[in-house]
Amino acid sequence: MVFKQVSSPHGHARQKTGEIMQLVVLATLPGFLVLTYQFGWGLLINLLIATLSAISAEALVLKLRNRPIDFYLRDYSAVVTAVLLALALPPLAPWWLVVVATVFSIVIAKQLYGGLGSNPFNPAMVGYVVALISFPIEMTTWVTPISLLAADISHPGLLESLAIVFTDNSPVDGVTGATPLDLFKHNDGLLVEQIYQNNTLFSRASFAGVGWEWANVAFLIGGLALLKARVFTWHGPMAMLGTLALMSMLFWDGGSSNSPGSPIMHLFSGASMLGAFFIVTDPVSSTVSNRGRLIYGALIGLLVYVIRAWGSYPDAVAFAVLLGNFAAPFIDNYTVPRTYGHDKSRRATAKEKSE
Amino acid sequence: MRQIWNTPGGVHPPDNKEQSLTKNIGHLPLPEKLILPLTQHAGTAAKTCVVVGEKVLKGQKLASASAGVSAAVHAPSSGWITAIEERSVAHPSGMSAACIEITCDGEDRWIERVNYPNYQQASAMQLRDLIADAGIAGLGGAGFPSAIKLDSGTKKPIDTLIINATECEPYITADDILIRERADQIIQGIDIVSHLLGKPKTILIGIENNKPEAIAALNQHCQGTGIEVVYFPTKYPSGGEKQLIYILTGKEVPSGQLPADLGMVCLNSGTAFAIKRAVIDGEPLISRITTLAGEACGVNRNYEILIGTPVSHLLQHNNFNQALCSRLIMGGPMMGFSLASSEVPLIKTSTCILAPSHTEIPDDEPPQPCIRCGLCSEACPASLLPQQLYWYSRAKDHERLQSHNLFDCIECGACSYVCPSNIPLVQYYRSSKGDITNALAAKATAAISRERFEFRQVRLEKADIARESKREARRLNTEQAKKMSPSTTQSTGSSAADIIKAAQLRGITKQASPEQQKAKLQRTLLAAQMRLEEAQQRLVQVTNKGSADQQAQQLASVEAARRKVEQTTQRLTEVSH
Repeated sequence: MVFKQVSSPHGHARQKTGEIMQLVVLATLPGFLVLTYQFGWGLLINLLIATLSAISAEALVLKLRNRPIDFYLRDYSAVVTAVLLALALPPLAPWWLVVVATVFSIVIAKQLYGGLGSNPFNPAMVGYVVALISFPIEMTTWVTPISLLAADISHPGLLESLAIVFTDNSPVDGVTGATPLDLFKHNDGLLVEQIYQNNTLFSRASFAGVGWEWANVAFLIGGLALLKARVFTWHGPMAMLGTLALMSMLFWDGGSSNSPGSPIMHLFSGASMLGAFFIVTDPVSSTVSNRGRLIYGALIGLLVYVIRAWGSYPDAVAFAVLLGNFAAPFIDNYTVPRTYGHDKSRRATAKEKSE
Repeated sequence: MRQIWNTPGGVHPPDNKEQSLTKNIGHLPLPEKLILPLTQHAGTAAKTCVVVGEKVLKGQKLASASAGVSAAVHAPSSGWITAIEERSVAHPSGMSAACIEITCDGEDRWIERVNYPNYQQASAMQLRDLIADAGIAGLGGAGFPSAIKLDSGTKKPIDTLIINATECEPYITADDILIRERADQIIQGIDIVSHLLGKPKTILIGIENNKPEAIAALNQHCQGTGIEVVYFPTKYPSGGEKQLIYILTGKEVPSGQLPADLGMVCLNSGTAFAIKRAVIDGEPLISRITTLAGEACGVNRNYEILIGTPVSHLLQHNNFNQALCSRLIMGGPMMGFSLASSEVPLIKTSTCILAPSHTEIPDDEPPQPCIRCGLCSEACPASLLPQQLYWYSRAKDHERLQSHNLFDCIECGACSYVCPSNIPLVQYYRSSKGDITNALAAKATAAISRERFEFRQVRLEKADIARESKREARRLNTEQAKKMSPSTTQSTGSSAADIIKAAQLRGITKQASPEQQKAKLQRTLLAAQMRLEEAQQRLVQVTNKGSADQQAQQLASVEAARRKVEQTTQRLTEVSH
């Protein structure tokens, strides 16, 4: 009798890469719902445009590369990139902005490096930064959260939103406004207390800033669910958030007019939670060991704070992550774990002792 | 209770142990033929000490251990040796290796047994020799010859003896059932080993907590013996020697060293049982417990099989259905290897035959790209970075592979098991280990060659210089001699004639007497005649079956043999006259 020959181990755990990616997409759902509630239809339109362009771009390049399209599309990595971009790009942004960012992410930042698993930088963040640098005005126009809209203004409806996105109409005055981080960036000598009293973004907030606080809580919940599902380890996110909190505590400055904001405000504003649980944890572009992830996460947390406080951009997760990506191989070199039977860990470039 | 240390990593594949535990240890009818590979252990092949056609008794030694790491092979039943040749054996590569085939006579008659029922009076040396002579090699799967493991003489004194009853691989229950049914004999075996090692301070039996019956049986028999039964949570691969040592003692075996360097010996519980059999009953290692499991077999059960039993014999007696079977595995699902054919024999290290159905173990899906998710490094019991090893293995970056400690990988398969992208990681590591070993060997050979070449250059140079100086000295000598006396030339001439004469004389004395010559020629003639006969017989065989090429070759060798016979006969007549 003749039998098939296969290498051990025989049988595998059930979880597949495509399923992990789907889990990640699913975990963004709470954040997505809160953002949609706060900022209107724009998010859903972003999501549709981003997903469609991501899948088409991926399919096109796979065809050019002579790879089985169906097989690679089913790893859902393109969808994850699209979802992250849709969440990060401003709602009601013109359609071409979303397309440019997504196509750049998929084609340049991912496929040209060899596709899934071979990209040194987080594709979504590359796309985001390209859009931010190329189209600063469109990228910094954010919709006002629903609870802060004046009584006679409302978010545009679905059709109106589509018109704004596809015909380049500007939204009505009063529908767009500053974000909490913008307020601190452009603070003209007000004490923190005064900012909190004067601006509805803070005076009407529960604890951090209207609109963003609950979105960040929702991303935190989604992230903790992924942590529980062991999609990633706690090291990266916790190091990033911890460093961010530590830095904002150190430079809190008692709420003077120079203060860059409180730790709570930093943790629950902008892309803090989205970044910590959905970007820093991208395994492809991050470090590989747990020790490495601690350093990598801390580095990103530090850079986020430095750029937010003293740089020229109000939020900084994308830049910080890309700089972290640059540093990842270097960090890896010094953080190889100690192997069983060895006294200490070795460097990745250590030479075998000649005997 | 003793402290337990937790190993990093590990996985929890479904146990699947209950299927084969519903029945007690079974026995199979005697197979028609037994096939005994000469290498059933780690190390070099044993040396055959029987010939084809010989009648052998059960327990008779068929092949003795070679020098170094090796183990003897014995006849599992009585019968005739019907072949000593290459047969396909149980090996991941499906290769062939030298085997002895016994055709059983059905009498199952024992040879006279040598035993030490009062082993307490025997010396360590005697016991070790007996264990070596019984061909005992680790029954847990690695097959390291036990006598060598127990020879601690040159190293540290052994203060800890660890018995490995962990059995962490899914499906396998051979150790479990053996302990349940014969715990007393295992404890006797442990006592023998303890006596042999000079009573180590600590004797531990390590076992996973998913075997409550076995733990109870051990506890019952260990009372008052000083042997401690230590159980710990079930996690694959806790049964790896290095992992078990860490779990029980918190110590790590340093990379590239052996447990003996820490003053420890680690034996499988099945090995302890085999040692008891050898020492007290005088039975060499000719049988073992093997689990038969998997949905493609009608019966799942443990058998006490004779070593050398073909796998097909085991399958036939258990309602095996090949159509259901997705692959045939020797060993467990995590580290076992697939067999290409069921004609291979079961050997000393065959813990399990697994014949899973297609739903039980489906065919592998094609691998997806590695996303460095890190599940593998979370699962690695050696704290390696499997994803990095994978990239370096693909890039054939030997330097990086070594700096990432590739050779500390125990190939447990936990990384591949959890890989969401279905990457056959272990296969990459095995291949890279082979590549690096070959590259290092080639490098060593090159270094030796270079050394030899350089040495030769130096030697030639030296010889040149020596020759030159000799020539110079001779020239000076002759010049001086010429100056001194011109008459010497004559005496040199006469001495040359003397030399020729002396040489002729030597030639004559060297020639043997006619009787001796005759005897030698007769011997040559006899040998030539035998060779001729043999060649003619082979010619007949080849004419019946072989190719034209073989026929021509055989014809030529018959002709050569005949010519030799003729020549020798002629010489013989010459000498006789």
